[in-house]
Amino acid sequence: MAALDGEVALGTGYPGTPSTEILEAFAALGGRAQWAPNEKVALEVGLGAAFAGARVLVTMKHVGVNVAADPLFTAAYTGVDGALVLVSADDPGMASSQNEQDNRRYAVAAGIPMLEPASSQEAYDFTVAALELSGRFHIPVILRMTTRVCHSKSVVVRRERPLPPAPPPRFVRDIRGRVMVPAFARPAHRKLREKLTAIQDWAETSTLNRVHAGSPALGIVVNGISFQHVREAAPEASVFQLGVVHPLPLEALRRFAAGVERCVVIEEGDPVVADALSAAGIRVEGKPEMYRFGELSVSRVRRILAGDVSPEPPPARQKPPELCEACPYHPVYGTLQRMGCIVAGDIGCYTLGVMEPYQAMDTCVAMGASVGVGLGLRHVLPEEQARKVVSIIGDSTFIHSGLNGLVEMVYNPPATGHVLIVLDNGTTAMTGQQEHPGTGRTLEHEATGHVSIEGMARAAGVQNVDVVDPVKDPKGFEELLSRRLAGNDLSVIVARRPCILAAADIRHYEKLNSEKAAAAAAPPCAACGSPDAA
Amino acid sequence: MPHRVVNVVFAGLGGQGVIKASDVLADAAFRAGHDVKKAEIHGMSQRGGSVTSDVRFGPAVHSPMIPDGHADFLVVLAPTQVENNLHQLRETGVLFPPDLVPDAALRNKRSLNVALLGALSFHLDISDEHWREAISASLPERLLAVNLEAFEAGRAAERARAAGKGTHGHA
Repeated sequence: MAALDGEVALGTGYPGTPSTEILEAFAALGGRAQWAPNEKVALEVGLGAAFAGARVLVTMKHVGVNVAADPLFTAAYTGVDGALVLVSADDPGMASSQNEQDNRRYAVAAGIPMLEPASSQEAYDFTVAALELSGRFHIPVILRMTTRVCHSKSVVVRRERPLPPAPPPRFVRDIRGRVMVPAFARPAHRKLREKLTAIQDWAETSTLNRVHAGSPALGIVVNGISFQHVREAAPEASVFQLGVVHPLPLEALRRFAAGVERCVVIEEGDPVVADALSAAGIRVEGKPEMYRFGELSVSRVRRILAGDVSPEPPPARQKPPELCEACPYHPVYGTLQRMGCIVAGDIGCYTLGVMEPYQAMDTCVAMGASVGVGLGLRHVLPEEQARKVVSIIGDSTFIHSGLNGLVEMVYNPPATGHVLIVLDNGTTAMTGQQEHPGTGRTLEHEATGHVSIEGMARAAGVQNVDVVDPVKDPKGFEELLSRRLAGNDLSVIVARRPCILAAADIRHYEKLNSEKAAAAAAPPCAACGSPDAA
Repeated sequence: MPHRVVNVVFAGLGGQGVIKASDVLADAAFRAGHDVKKAEIHGMSQRGGSVTSDVRFGPAVHSPMIPDGHADFLVVLAPTQVENNLHQLRETGVLFPPDLVPDAALRNKRSLNVALLGALSFHLDISDEHWREAISASLPERLLAVNLEAFEAGRAAERARAAGKGTHGHA
């Protein structure tokens, strides 16, 4: 909603919990939003639009920023003409992620300002503030969110025209500013540091940082959702609530710390703020190491303030997720288990093949990593084991970054060949059934260009490319896989069958789109020349 | 209107309507004039795993997460998820187990989530009108009648339980 009210011309990103809902909501409210094949491409599309003067929102989960990091670091040098806000949705505690990296480190490393909201209202207000900041200093801004801010709902007051109207996009040539050859990049780096100094001065007095007056006995410096826990755990404390996480308002923090008897930094994840304040010679207490892991909560904040490092009660027993009962991938994992394959896995619902009863996955590291990891295993293992190695990847993940692995497979084939299984259920299932280039439908499920997985494999030069339905013909799938594993060729097997949760929706979108296509193909109205709407 | 924050934890398995039930309560409480916050974990947990959702409402709510042992009400949709969530309930808290509303009382078993909201409503100071508006806003029209029925069935079940115990709910 803030993106809409802030006149964002384009929203782009790649789905990932807990960031996925942002672009879907933006589109539903009438904004222009689209899924990119991966986060790097999303940021590059956003950067181009921002070079042309548009306001842009780019969304991804924390690990997505790793994929987008290459353009991100240099975008800090080039800056932007319109406004570019990158939403990084971090997942402390790993509710649905492979790691709990703290992306506040990216702001420091890349030299990019970062804002962090503590509530739904602030998520709205800070998105507007980030657009304003980006536009004023001509620099990308990261809006860092965490699971509990992303997946909480509370009452939000919408602002009337929060920003001046966005000027229409136009191209203005700026070769020295945007072509980062060394001769232009050197002065660009100096310019970035000058901007950051100016932004630090701005941060010292920014109203996004707020001091909540309280007892002088205890002062707390806090950012993000932890602020809410602090208010509940220590309502009497003086609180410095950081809205600007980078660059830190060091002088304001120095004054705050000097005005209280005891000053504690409460932050989820890494001790980013505590270390920065200590390095600046500001006397603060950090948290014991045990609280680096997982989310904070009201009770954990109480423990930190009390210096309690006794073991915490174990978390309640939870039923782990599993493949849906009618998931089309069951026969695939049954086969892999029976054949004793060494499975280089990837990221998506199908990672659940690692659970009982199959335990048919041996590695899962990063988006697209199944192909490279499988090839590496094949290169060095003794032949008997190498022949059992299979890479397995979902359709959306294949398009995201499995394509690079496919090229590597053709370029550096192992002596025993390799088998890559693409599990194509026609949707990005894990994150809630989003479209991707392989489905041939846009974020809003309209027909668009379609990227063929088997077509890409054939074009890359893979010798054997098969498309099978593992549910209709499980025996055929198993026979095919044994045949391919026995040979020394490169093989891609596309196991295609729609996700059971998405199948009805997919049929519905296809019907709507073919009706639309039929209507568009109808002859134009004779009276006015426009296509016949009826 | 209560003077302190009311904490409700919903628990169950992915696909049972845990989050939908918490959405309806949050909406009803908002319509009744409360500050409301709601937090949940989903993503990988969608795939049939444990799901919980916290709803807090009152004059002013800070953290969207309910501290352990502070839930006034615990609404559970799956029999396997009762035991592992009991620690969330205060000593005086009220549990709404899935068998509170027998299957026979429901035209569609999938409306158990709304039936348990009906049971919960017996204890809350939220008007029927606000409940009805919240339910209507979050469900497709064709499912409305069956869910409003389920809501009433749930409330009747809770009324019977309270009468049986000779106690009345608090808050």
